[in-house]
Amino acid sequence: MNSVIKYFSDIAHGVKTLWKGMMVTGYYISHARKEIITQQYPENRDTLQMFNRFRGEVIMPHNEDNEHRCTGCQACEIACPNGTIEIIWDRKPDPETGKKKKSIHTFVYHLQMCTMCALCIPACPTDAIIMGQDFEHAVTDRSKLTKILNKPGSKLMKGVEE
Amino acid sequence: MYDFTDLVRSIHESLVASLSPGMAALVEWIIIGAIFLGFFALLGLVLVYVERKVCAFFQLRLGPMRVGFWGTAQTLADTLKLLLKEPIMNKRADKFLFNFAPFIIIISSLIVLSVTPFAPGLQAFDINIGLFFVIAISSIGVVGILLAGWASNNKYSLIGAMRSGAQIVSYELSVGLALMTMVVLTGSLQLSEIIASQADGWWIFKGHIPAFIAFVLFIVASTAEVNRGPFDLAEAESELTAGFHTEYSGMKFAFFFLAEFVNMFIVAVIAATVFLGGWMPFHIGGLDGFNQIMDFIPPILWFFGKVAFIIFLMMWFKWTFPRLRIDQLLTLEWKYLLPLNLMNIVLMAFVVYMGWYFGN
Amino acid sequence: MEVVDKDKTIPGDALKSQEYFVNMGPQHPSTHGVLRLVLTIDGEIVKRIEPHIGYIHRSIEKMCEKDSYRQIVHLTDRMDYLSCHINNVAVCLAVENALEIEVSDRVKVIRTIIDELTRLASHQLWWGVMGMDLGAITTFLYGFRDREMITDIFEETCGARLTMNYNKPGGLMFDIHPNFQKRTKEFVEHFKKKLPEYDQLLTGNVIFQERTKGIGVMSKEDAIAFGVTGPAGRASGFECDIRKKNPYHVYDKVEFNEVLLTEGDSFARYKARIQEMWESLSIIEQLIDNIPEGPIEEKTNAVIKLPKGEFYQRVETARGDFGVYVISDGKKSPYRLKFRSPGFSNLFILDKIARGSKIADLVAIMSTLDLVMPDIDR
Repeated sequence: MNSVIKYFSDIAHGVKTLWKGMMVTGYYISHARKEIITQQYPENRDTLQMFNRFRGEVIMPHNEDNEHRCTGCQACEIACPNGTIEIIWDRKPDPETGKKKKSIHTFVYHLQMCTMCALCIPACPTDAIIMGQDFEHAVTDRSKLTKILNKPGSKLMKGVEE
Repeated sequence: MYDFTDLVRSIHESLVASLSPGMAALVEWIIIGAIFLGFFALLGLVLVYVERKVCAFFQLRLGPMRVGFWGTAQTLADTLKLLLKEPIMNKRADKFLFNFAPFIIIISSLIVLSVTPFAPGLQAFDINIGLFFVIAISSIGVVGILLAGWASNNKYSLIGAMRSGAQIVSYELSVGLALMTMVVLTGSLQLSEIIASQADGWWIFKGHIPAFIAFVLFIVASTAEVNRGPFDLAEAESELTAGFHTEYSGMKFAFFFLAEFVNMFIVAVIAATVFLGGWMPFHIGGLDGFNQIMDFIPPILWFFGKVAFIIFLMMWFKWTFPRLRIDQLLTLEWKYLLPLNLMNIVLMAFVVYMGWYFGN
Repeated sequence: MEVVDKDKTIPGDALKSQEYFVNMGPQHPSTHGVLRLVLTIDGEIVKRIEPHIGYIHRSIEKMCEKDSYRQIVHLTDRMDYLSCHINNVAVCLAVENALEIEVSDRVKVIRTIIDELTRLASHQLWWGVMGMDLGAITTFLYGFRDREMITDIFEETCGARLTMNYNKPGGLMFDIHPNFQKRTKEFVEHFKKKLPEYDQLLTGNVIFQERTKGIGVMSKEDAIAFGVTGPAGRASGFECDIRKKNPYHVYDKVEFNEVLLTEGDSFARYKARIQEMWESLSIIEQLIDNIPEGPIEEKTNAVIKLPKGEFYQRVETARGDFGVYVISDGKKSPYRLKFRSPGFSNLFILDKIARGSKIADLVAIMSTLDLVMPDIDR
């Protein structure tokens, strides 16, 4: 007799636990309007706000006079674990003092090798590079991933080296 | 008020009047065939969309949103994509059986669809052994699954097919017995008569306890029979990648997919017809005013409403429960559903013998 | 000419069942990455399991030999990416111990909180995937919903959602975000309400219990012999919580229980992780309001050089005992660096505990061992 009681109580218990699970999903479908968590991504691009610290890519800010803060010291190149940053520099005479001085020619940034570890940012003594928040890096050609961060014709901001 | 009998009869008479009897019958067959094929395709499109949306809402997602308003044209786009896809076949596959299997599945579900009583007068094939016909034909589908698994020459497919064979052969019993329980009450296998007998109340209410147990057993067993979660062992994507249709692509895959949804519809139709009164509106004996208001809603809406309710129930199961293991699946059938069904059928016979059901 | 064996022509013998091989993976929905299992199967019963690994080997240990100690940290993100912060901390602690730097309490507390958040995120993802492996696909999205809140916290404070690289030898890269405490408290409140739902949906579910109870039983001896650590080992009664045994950070100052179960089956491993989530929540709650003030990093040389010698640091990741073994010859990069990854040991008990079970059980057992392939291959 006990086994018969156990047989039916097992069934009742099973149905109860299944019903409990169904109540959870049932709650979510009946409150779908409130509970839906997904976003319509490309449509919400205008309102999409990334966090300030989000590491999307390395960028070099320029001011309105097309000046950057990079002295070409290559500290970031040494700090980078993947060889992502490549600085091509030359020694040109300063137009004011006439002394030969190291300056960057091109600041090459290989986005395809970057792991966004952000070790280059604290390494920079002049805060020339920062992490940008843009995360849409898809391009149709691999060569487009190699970026030149200093804008054409830009020069070093005054007073950075002091 | 919403009876289609006159419409159908007038079409029939005008055809007989203008053509020879043989031609008239042929034209009628063609019309009915075209309607059913169209309905079959439409059903697939709608059900796939509904499944994706319902699943999405269970899972806190939005589901398809891009193609058409709220993604309504998504399934149409998917169908186009599947039509354009290359039908890839395993080199060592049994070519004839491989191509034949999807058709067996789809034809068996199309045949069962023919007995669907949509509304008064709107039933293509009203034979007196309706329920028996449904059970008999729907079990042919498993042959298609077995063939698909065997012909693919893929181990995953074979395991899936063998599971499916064991599963469907077992669960046929429970589906049949649950329906037999109700036949004790209705006294007829003819679908139209079963519906007519529920004019004063649906069997699930009139038959109270045993009818309700039979309803639950039927829903569980038939969910297993149509290979839907939590009984989707034949597909079991986390174990067998895609089970019996692993090797299928393009339109042949779509046939399996479509057949699953149409089978679900058929099961819902049978449940709605036998337990919930088919197209019969909700009536309470004695309340004439209430009954008249209920009669105002067209029977075809009642029918599709009930079918939608049962389909939703089956989706709810699928998107909540984990999958069973093959031995547990068989344990559930042979140790729980079958004994309960047998007990229930005796209970029902006793209830009917004593006249303890409503509306006798 | 082939010799016909007369015995094989007997009809009864021709119908004899045969064992066969199935390649499960490297592309398979439930091997969680690129694990390849060569299964010997008799019908539905798994007779033998041979794990084949190496499909995502990136020679991280070799790469470490040319990197400076600061650069090594970010490589450990790519190993067990679900407990990346804990891996980072392991390297940092190894270097700090070798240099005999004592970081401030603020750093210790922040590291502990983020460690526990990482553990929670990992377990949430595991819970979702566990349900999915057993066929309940909805759990996956529920697990991700709660994990999303943690990744948001990480994104705001550390700048990345998965590969955070928030630590460096000597401290943290930068201070926590002003919103960190508020958001973490919100998350704890939210998750305390949602964790019982996990139980309703899976733990109590009769199908789930049938699928996991008594399946893949691992004895304590096996766990010790194979070096199975983490929740999988503790479910067999093996006391292996590094946070208790070898406390680092502030684990010796907070109150929490080492989750110990004795059954050793799939369900015990499942329960161990669920209980660990409660413990993690309680650790976070104890610390979140008492983050002491202090510097976020200690001064280190521009080029970190470890003294000659061998250093070992172990931490408790979401999967178990993670060890960093550094051999230094006094240069700026290690002479040899070895990671002891928990997943590697946990994977190889699979053959022992899953033999004789069904294919479906194998998937469940694999899921409860919580394998992360990049961690195993490195």
